[in-house]
Amino acid sequence: MTAAASAEARDAIRSEWLQPHRIVLMAIGAALVLCAIVFMRWDWLPNYYDLALLGIWRTIWILVVTCVLGFMLAVPLGLAQAAGPFWLAWPARAFCTVIRGTPLLLQLWLLYYGLGSLFPQFPWIRQSELWPILRQAWPYAVVALTLSYAAYEGEVMRGAFAGVPRGQLEAAHAFGMSPWKRFRRIWLPQAIHRALPTLAGETVLQLKATPLVATITVIDIYAVASRVRQDTFIVYEPLLLLALIYLIITGILVFGFRKLEAKIPARLG
Amino acid sequence: MELLSISPPGWGANLLRGLAKSVQIAIGAFSLGIVIGISGAWGKLYGGPMVRDLLGLYTTIVRAVPELVLILLLYYAGTDLINRALGGLGYPPIDISGLVAGVVVLGVVQGAYATEVIRGAILSIPQGQIEAARAYGMAPGKLLRRITLPAMLPFAIPGLANLWLIATKDTALLAVVGFSELTQETRQAGAATKAYFTFFVAAGALYLLLTLFSNVIIGAVERRARRGLPPVVEAGR
Repeated sequence: MTAAASAEARDAIRSEWLQPHRIVLMAIGAALVLCAIVFMRWDWLPNYYDLALLGIWRTIWILVVTCVLGFMLAVPLGLAQAAGPFWLAWPARAFCTVIRGTPLLLQLWLLYYGLGSLFPQFPWIRQSELWPILRQAWPYAVVALTLSYAAYEGEVMRGAFAGVPRGQLEAAHAFGMSPWKRFRRIWLPQAIHRALPTLAGETVLQLKATPLVATITVIDIYAVASRVRQDTFIVYEPLLLLALIYLIITGILVFGFRKLEAKIPARLG
Repeated sequence: MELLSISPPGWGANLLRGLAKSVQIAIGAFSLGIVIGISGAWGKLYGGPMVRDLLGLYTTIVRAVPELVLILLLYYAGTDLINRALGGLGYPPIDISGLVAGVVVLGVVQGAYATEVIRGAILSIPQGQIEAARAYGMAPGKLLRRITLPAMLPFAIPGLANLWLIATKDTALLAVVGFSELTQETRQAGAATKAYFTFFVAAGALYLLLTLFSNVIIGAVERRARRGLPPVVEAGR
């Protein structure tokens, strides 16, 4: 009975997917891909294979590091705005407004060119242990992307913290939980669950922001594609492949977040 | 500080010119995005299966690929295709201005997001209103103009306001292809005077002012569009 029902459901899904016009569209798509493979130039690919892998790895590394750090910053930012006293809420709100009100590219260039040109004027910075790191580009990229993610996500977390029902927190209080335990066991998990769909969207936006780091000489996958363009004067092929790579990474992200959402029991009071 | 003065030894005039160009592009791209968004939402809701699938493909791809890549792709491919088409028709190639290219490219990106925003807004109109208009025998164009657009506006404004703010900030990406909007002008000013920090902070203040000013206007528009509707209740209070 159940086997028959599941087979029926599978057939329904399959027939929904394989409508006649979809088959035509897929055929056209496949023909386009074939044309691209046959008529476009892909002979440069073997030469840049290793560099491209390194670029993909670096893009993903920047994405993961800035998202994790940014989220860790976003929780206190959201909490301060949702429940903090005014001397915490006000600076948090100002930070979110300023970061969200200016382009990320400008912030990145402000940090890299602006701070980067200020730092060498101070001898004690030049002599410090951190100087070899500060001379490279990636710390500026990580800081700029982290702050940006934190500001956008802080705004989301503010709404999520405010959206957790009062009764849940009062119940936790009535059980005699300490404030920290209340936060850790009740408030934070429910807020994260509420924010998860938006979190997925913000993470995709963060992925789309990573190619900006190429403008300050960090070699991510976008910079690799630019270099191919400059070296070989082939314009479209690297860009199309680049778009495909980003599509695949976005697909994996969306799929992963959907799995994560499905894992958490969805009953919210 | 004298670096920022308007008259020639200072670079203030350059920054303001860049800001004006950024605002121009943002307005153009946002308008184009709304036009694409309305037609896209209409197609997604009422179009045939083919139209719906193609629009789905458009919004998915544009929203998944970084704007920077799309800008490069559309910028090169667009100018190349137009010039090839002109060459095929026997006309000399034309030089497409950065302003037009920027507006078109950002408009296509905005259109994908606007499609989703407007589609959601149309779906949250009470269905009876559209059915009533159909029962009165309104033609589709009149239905769109008189019922659907005014009724969806209050639902669409938060999303569209967000898109406008994104449009103003996305103009900065055109600096990467060398178009002299605010960010690019700032970088040039910084490179000429070595006072990067001052100029980038000043440009940031200009962008922030633009955002804050937009917020005031958006608030007024939203109040006007929501007149007569019940006030929004924040969830969970």
